[in-house]
Amino acid sequence: MTAMCDVAFLLLSFFILATQFKPDEALEVVTPKSVSTRQLEGKDIVLVTMDRDGKVYFSIDDNNQDEKEVVIEEVNKMKNLGLTDAEKQAFINRGSFVGVPFSQLKSYLQMSPEQIKNLNHPGIPVTDTLNNELQVWIRATVEAFKGKKMNLMVKGDNEAKYPSFKGIIDAFKKNEQFKFSMVTDPEGVPEGTELARKIEKLGAKATDEQ
Amino acid sequence: MAEMDTSQQGGHKKKGPGVKKAKKLSTRVDLTPMVDLGFLLITFFVFTTTMSEPTAVRLYLPKDTERPEEQNKVKNSGALTLLLNKNDNIFYYEGELQPDGSNFQSTNWKDVRDVILNKKRTTKPEDFVVIIKPGPESTYRNTVDMLDEMFINDVKRYALVDITPQDLQFVVASEGGGSAPPAGNSGN
Repeated sequence: MTAMCDVAFLLLSFFILATQFKPDEALEVVTPKSVSTRQLEGKDIVLVTMDRDGKVYFSIDDNNQDEKEVVIEEVNKMKNLGLTDAEKQAFINRGSFVGVPFSQLKSYLQMSPEQIKNLNHPGIPVTDTLNNELQVWIRATVEAFKGKKMNLMVKGDNEAKYPSFKGIIDAFKKNEQFKFSMVTDPEGVPEGTELARKIEKLGAKATDEQ
Repeated sequence: MAEMDTSQQGGHKKKGPGVKKAKKLSTRVDLTPMVDLGFLLITFFVFTTTMSEPTAVRLYLPKDTERPEEQNKVKNSGALTLLLNKNDNIFYYEGELQPDGSNFQSTNWKDVRDVILNKKRTTKPEDFVVIIKPGPESTYRNTVDMLDEMFINDVKRYALVDITPQDLQFVVASEGGGSAPPAGNSGN
């Protein structure tokens, strides 16, 4: 009994320590399920988030400070936003994500974290083909990640409508980014399907390739 | 661990007559509930750690091209077009959409797998292609689910295409007339 108890609690402490609870996310997104078992890449992430209202947000991994700097410089130049150094720094610093059109970017970058929390983000405009602002963001990002592989990801909410997603795809396409991942939750493979048979033959690897 | 040596016979001999034995309380603690709880928590953490790991679905987009000769041609007979609509409705047609809508049919998420497999069985593998057209009212989940469905059914060629006004007309028309499609009923 004692030994078992020891083992149980050892395991317990291990799992408690090893669990990473979801960080407090500014955006609540419920991702769709898929049978894919492919793990997410952990580095050089460029994330486009789409919330349940189809509003689009853009963010770059905080570990890529240099790239972030280039991105905000480029955007500033392309759109003539006239951002000050402090405002640029605000973009680089924070676990920053952008969910406002360029017209509001300057005032957005002046806000304090509390203000941002309470802000009703309008989202980056993507559905208008003539004024797809995400395209500019992606172009700046491609420029920043020159010579480096970036992992383009889309994290969308179940309830988001397709036109927003199409806007995102268009923005990628216009910048010659033809490969991207969609963040999903894992799901079991339905019984008796071709994939299930394939898995039986090849082992779990079959769902990795998607 | 939680036990102490409470054995009374241990090393010492019995005390002499008249010497009262001090009443010893047992120091053994029943560990069962604690172990139960421990394992319950373990189970909980085991599940939460493995389940919340997000996965990724890869999507490769085709290059947009203006010149028609560079576009991929699809043999009409081998194409299955799936129109994703609001409220998780799916419409589909095989080959080209007839002007009178005679091959325009409706299905749902439960039966769509049969529709796909049926088409897959009845067409030559090199001609078989699924065209996914999500409508403006369909959700992102519908799109991802359908891409997933392609993977589940081992469909080698599929494309995500914008819905055409003509398709939309039929969709609207079939919605107006209740859930029944304009002509023909469910696939098989």
